[in-house]
Amino acid sequence: MNAITLSHVTKIYQRYSRRRQFATLKSALLSGSLIRDLRPDDTFAAVRDVSLTVPKGRTLGVIGRNGSGKSTLLKLVAGITKPSDGHLSVEGRISALIELGAGFHPEISGRENVFINGIMLGLTKKEIARRFDEIVEFAEMREFIDAPVKNYSSGMYMRLGFAVAIHVDPDVLLVDEVLAVGDEGFTHKCLDKFAEFKRRGKTILLVTHSLGLVERFCDEALWMDGGTMKAMGDPKRVVGAYITDVKASEEEQLAASDARAQESAATISPDDPASAVLPDNPIETATGPADMFRATEGRWGSREIEITDVALIGPDGERAHVFHSGERLDLRLRLRAPVAITDFVVGVGIFNAEGVCCYGTNTDIEELKGERILGDAEAVFSIESLDLVEGTYKLDVAVHKADGYPYDYHRLLHTFRVKSRTKDVGIYRPRHAWQFSDSMTFTRAADR
Amino acid sequence: MLHNLGRLVRYRGLIQSLVARELKARYRGSVLGFFWSFINPLLLLLVYSVVFKYFLKRAPDDLPPYEVFLFCGLLPWTWFSSSLLEASGSLISGGNLIKKVLFPAEVLPIVTVLANMVHFFLGLPILLLFILYNRMPLHFSELAWFPVVVLVQLVLTLGFALLLSALTVHFRDLRDILSNLVTFWFFATPIIYRYTDDLGLMQWLNLNPFTHIAITYQEILYFPGPVGHGFWLLVLGAIAIALFLFGYFVFDRLRDTFAEEV
Repeated sequence: MNAITLSHVTKIYQRYSRRRQFATLKSALLSGSLIRDLRPDDTFAAVRDVSLTVPKGRTLGVIGRNGSGKSTLLKLVAGITKPSDGHLSVEGRISALIELGAGFHPEISGRENVFINGIMLGLTKKEIARRFDEIVEFAEMREFIDAPVKNYSSGMYMRLGFAVAIHVDPDVLLVDEVLAVGDEGFTHKCLDKFAEFKRRGKTILLVTHSLGLVERFCDEALWMDGGTMKAMGDPKRVVGAYITDVKASEEEQLAASDARAQESAATISPDDPASAVLPDNPIETATGPADMFRATEGRWGSREIEITDVALIGPDGERAHVFHSGERLDLRLRLRAPVAITDFVVGVGIFNAEGVCCYGTNTDIEELKGERILGDAEAVFSIESLDLVEGTYKLDVAVHKADGYPYDYHRLLHTFRVKSRTKDVGIYRPRHAWQFSDSMTFTRAADR
Repeated sequence: MLHNLGRLVRYRGLIQSLVARELKARYRGSVLGFFWSFINPLLLLLVYSVVFKYFLKRAPDDLPPYEVFLFCGLLPWTWFSSSLLEASGSLISGGNLIKKVLFPAEVLPIVTVLANMVHFFLGLPILLLFILYNRMPLHFSELAWFPVVVLVQLVLTLGFALLLSALTVHFRDLRDILSNLVTFWFFATPIIYRYTDDLGLMQWLNLNPFTHIAITYQEILYFPGPVGHGFWLLVLGAIAIALFLFGYFVFDRLRDTFAEEV
C-alpha cells in the first residue's frame, strides 16, 4: 500500500506585482471581480510535474540544491499548500517537522504551549496529558517547562517543538532539515526516534542536505533539480549522481569566474596611457607591485613574451577546475615571443584562499637558465600528485627576466578547487599512513 | 464550503484552547493582570463621560444617569470594534501557523472574536453594578432578549471578521482604512447620543447594522418598558447569517492563497 502518492503534481508560485494589487483593490470593489483579479501575471513553477509513490513504511530522502523545490514538495505533501495541478494523496495522520515550535506563544509557559501545540497538531487534551512526561523528558526540559517560552534559548525552543511534533504519533512523518537543532546528543536521540518510527512501519519523508544521512538511513532517495525530479531510486546511486553533478557545476562556475578575472585583467593593456596611473603598471614599476605577497589579482608586464593561454589539465587529459587531492595536475602555459629573447624565467605560484603561498618556484630557482625563445612555445608544469587539502586555490604564472623585470605576470588570475573525502586541515597533505600496535584497534567510522 | 464549515465543529477544542491562551497571554506580565478586563471598560467609560458631561456639556438631559446609558452601548461596541481590528490582522500575525503547520486558518479570526466576547462578558458585572446602584428596574421579559442580541452580534462580528481577515491578506491597506472607519462608525452609532430623529438622520442610522444592536442593549438594560426593537433585531439576525455565509465563502475561496501571501 502506498502512503504517499503524487501524480503529475505541479506547484506554480505567483508573483503579484504591487501596482497591480493596488489596482485590484479599486477594481475589485467597483466590479466585484475580486477572485478573478487575484490571478497573477507572473508565475514560476517551484515543483513541476512530479509523480512518485512512497510505499507505507518506507523512508524517502529528498536531496537537491537550494531552491530546487524540496521544501515546496514537503509542504504539498503536508497539505499546507495545494498543488496547482495534478493529484496528491496521503494515507494516515501527518506530522510535519517543518518549522519547530511554529505555534508557540512567547508569553505563556512551555507546559501550556505543549498542550496547545499538541492540539494544533491534531491530538486531544487527554492524549497530550498521557504523553506529557515523555515529551518533557525527550526535550530535556524538566526544570524549565513552567517558564514562559520567550525566556527559552533557541535550542530549548526547537527541542520542545521537536518533542511535541514527534510525539503526535503520525503515520507519515515529514522532516525538513531540522536535525541541526540540538547538540550532538540530541541529534542522536532524534535519529534513534526516526529509527524507531521506521521499525514501527511509519513512512518518513526526509528533506536534508546531509547526504551521509540519506545514504545510511533512507530506503530511497529523490533528487530534485529546478522543480523537477532528476533521479529517484537507490540512495547510494542517487547521492553519487548528485555529487558528480554538484562538482560539474562548480567546475562551470570556476571556469566562468576565471574567464571574468582574465578578461578584466586583459583590458589593462601595457600601451594604454590610462593604465599609467595604476600602481601595477610596468612602466612605473618594472617589477610589479612592491609587496609581491600582498598584491591583489591582476596582470602586468611588458609583453615582450606573452602568456597566451593557461590551462589546468586533469588526469584524463581534459581541462578541469576541480581536482581530487592526490590527483595529477598539469599546468600548461602557451607563450609567444615576437622577437627572440635570451633572458627569461618561467615561474609558478600556488596560493590558498587566505592568500598564503603554498608553493612557489621558477626555472631560475631550479637552476635552469633560459637560452632562447622565439615564436610560439609551450611549457608544462606537472604535479604528479596534488597533495593539498580541500579548498580553493589560486595560481600565479609569470615570465620575467632573471632580475625580476616582468614580461607577463598573471597574478591570482587562475582558480582551481581541490576536493577531498578526508576533511583534514592545514595546507599540505604529506603522503602518510598510520601504524598501530596490536594493543590499540579501530573500526572505520563508515561501518559503524 | 459546507464541508469546511462542518469541520469547524471539530476544531472547537482547538478554538477553546486558543481563546484561553489569548486571554492568559494578554495580561501576562502586567501588575494588575486579569483585572484589566474590568478596568479597561471603566476607564473608557470615564473618558467618555468626562468629555461629554464636563468638556462638551452635551450629555443629554433626558438621559440620567448618562454613564449607564453610555455603558450600555460602549461595552458591546468595544467587543465589536476590537474584534474587527484584531481579526483583520489575525492571519498576518498568525502567518507562521498558516505557512508552517497544517492549520485551519479560519480559527484565527474566530478566536479573536471569541476572546473579545469573553472580555465583553467580564465587563457585564460592572454594568450590572451600575444599574443596581442607580436602582434601575430589570425585567425578566426584557432580559430574555439579551442572549438573542448577543447571538446576533456574534454572528455579525464573525461575518465581518472572516471577510476582513481574508481580504487584509491581499490588501494590507485595509487595516489602516479600517481603524479610521471604525472611529467614524462609532460616532455614526447611537452610543453617545440617543436614537431620535432630531437631526433628520434616522434613515441613515437605520442602515448601520450596529445601530440596532446598540439600541436593543439600551432598551433591555436602560430604558424602561418593553423591547420595541425586536423585529429590527431579527431582520438584522437574518442579515448577519447571510453576511457570515458570505464572509466564509470569500474566506474559503481565498484560503489556498494565504500560505503564499501572508
